[in-house]
Amino acid sequence: MTSLWGYAFVHQALLAGTITAIVAGAVGPFITARNMGFAVHGLAEVAFTGAAGAVLVGIAPEIGLVGACFLAALAIGLLGVRLRERDIAIGTVLAFGMGLGVLFLVLYTRYATEAFSILFGAILAVSVQDVLWSAGVGAVVLAALIAVYRPLHFASVDPEVAEARGVPVRLLSVVFLLIMALAVAEAVQVVGILLILSLLITPAGAARRLTAHPGRVVAYSILIAVGVTLGGIVGAVYTSWPVSFFVASLSLAAYLLARGLGGAQARA
Amino acid sequence: MTRDGSTLGADTRTAGSLPSDPIGDRGALDPVVQLTHASLALSGRSIWSDLSAEIRRGEFLVVIGPNGAGKTSLLRVLLGLQPTTDGHALVHGRAPRRGNPEIGYVPQQRAFDPEVPLRGRDLVSMGLDGHRWGVSVSARANRRRVDRILALVGAQSYADTPVGRLSGGEQQRLRIAQALVGDPSLLLCDEPLLSLDLHSQQVIVQLIARWSRDHRATVIFVTHDVNPVMSVADRILLLAGGRWGIGPVDRMMTAEALSRLYGVPVGVVEYAGRICILGADLGGHDPVTARGEIGE
Repeated sequence: MTSLWGYAFVHQALLAGTITAIVAGAVGPFITARNMGFAVHGLAEVAFTGAAGAVLVGIAPEIGLVGACFLAALAIGLLGVRLRERDIAIGTVLAFGMGLGVLFLVLYTRYATEAFSILFGAILAVSVQDVLWSAGVGAVVLAALIAVYRPLHFASVDPEVAEARGVPVRLLSVVFLLIMALAVAEAVQVVGILLILSLLITPAGAARRLTAHPGRVVAYSILIAVGVTLGGIVGAVYTSWPVSFFVASLSLAAYLLARGLGGAQARA
Repeated sequence: MTRDGSTLGADTRTAGSLPSDPIGDRGALDPVVQLTHASLALSGRSIWSDLSAEIRRGEFLVVIGPNGAGKTSLLRVLLGLQPTTDGHALVHGRAPRRGNPEIGYVPQQRAFDPEVPLRGRDLVSMGLDGHRWGVSVSARANRRRVDRILALVGAQSYADTPVGRLSGGEQQRLRIAQALVGDPSLLLCDEPLLSLDLHSQQVIVQLIARWSRDHRATVIFVTHDVNPVMSVADRILLLAGGRWGIGPVDRMMTAEALSRLYGVPVGVVEYAGRICILGADLGGHDPVTARGEIGE
């Protein structure tokens, strides 16, 4: 079994997995701070439709996936500017997206295997090109996140005062949806659409149990996301069970552990 | 303007000239906020109209009025978040603009989620540079400034505790620090005493009043209960369903002035140094200023 470590596909998986986990871990704390877990799931389901539609018309599924995520993010951002409307806007957009996805699946039956890998992730099947794609998308997400970090944090935890201080709160919420769309597109290849929350929510959820220092929450979230992703790939290589199963399980374990630790010690 | 120095809008329509100086030598003649025949309508409904007033440097202005009278909207106008529909509003002689560093803002007391990963000092430091783009490098000078202001409001002992675990009074002290850390010359407070106990109310009022005194900063303080700010208020602006009036506390809080503004008979009872208004709802969640008189 150890001989597997010599294969290029394992190296590529570890590389792409690490990049993805850094991105997911960095975006996660903002998703939890803004209570946007539902939006993440919605975007992921629309991403599925985009990928399916792309295959149907014969273009790369990654393009369709990112494109659909972006459009859905814009739609959610423009429809649901108010918090109370947001869940309804998200639910409506994602239900429509999934409906289209089912249609595409029926229209193009050969798509079934690809559909499975998009729904549950296929990190062990990434090519060199996929790794480069991940690195490119990841760089864009991290650069955007660094550029808006302070006002986004302000607007996420203290929106009223942020607005009074001149932070463009509404613009930032649309920008963050676009950042989230790219992060979703990135994370889909590791855990797939149905398990997206295990990378985008859980590491951040665990991190905020361990510290109340906003910067450290991001750092811990990245570390946990990288840990569970690499752990998941290693587990899959040894057992040939799915990566996403291991990632979801390790995420749950990290979260429960963090809850235990966070409860036992005073947070600082 | 009436002879006693108070101005009753809508009725007299002579606002705009300077009332006699109720705050003595503290108020130089440089108006920090000027409202000139300012009107505001929100989705077609008139909130207040033809509002004219000058608020001077170092003045502590208390704004009272029933719910929906446009008290918060007035603050939003000064913050540059809401344009007036008619007339002018000026801050430091210029049209209000978003993110004016001269303005400190204290929002309504609203409890934080106990799990939010944010410490007291993070909240305060956001008031200093939270609006800037990029990642904070937490410069030493900024940190010292945050520490100084935390000491000023007496919040050092819980500066590193997650804000969601603090009491309402402690959270509001941090809010004051957040508003003051940028060294504002104009402080806008929107019901900062809501749901605080009487002791915390006094602490917050004294912190704001001391800042105003020491820095000659102007304070516009929106509240539904005038009693906690009676001792520090220079003037009162009362917004009441389209009518308004401005003047010193003792002139405004009279049965005559209030009855004229509300258009219905209003009684004012003074008891043990506190004012209780009967017959009109001055907004908020308590009937007028009755808090503390009964049962507390």
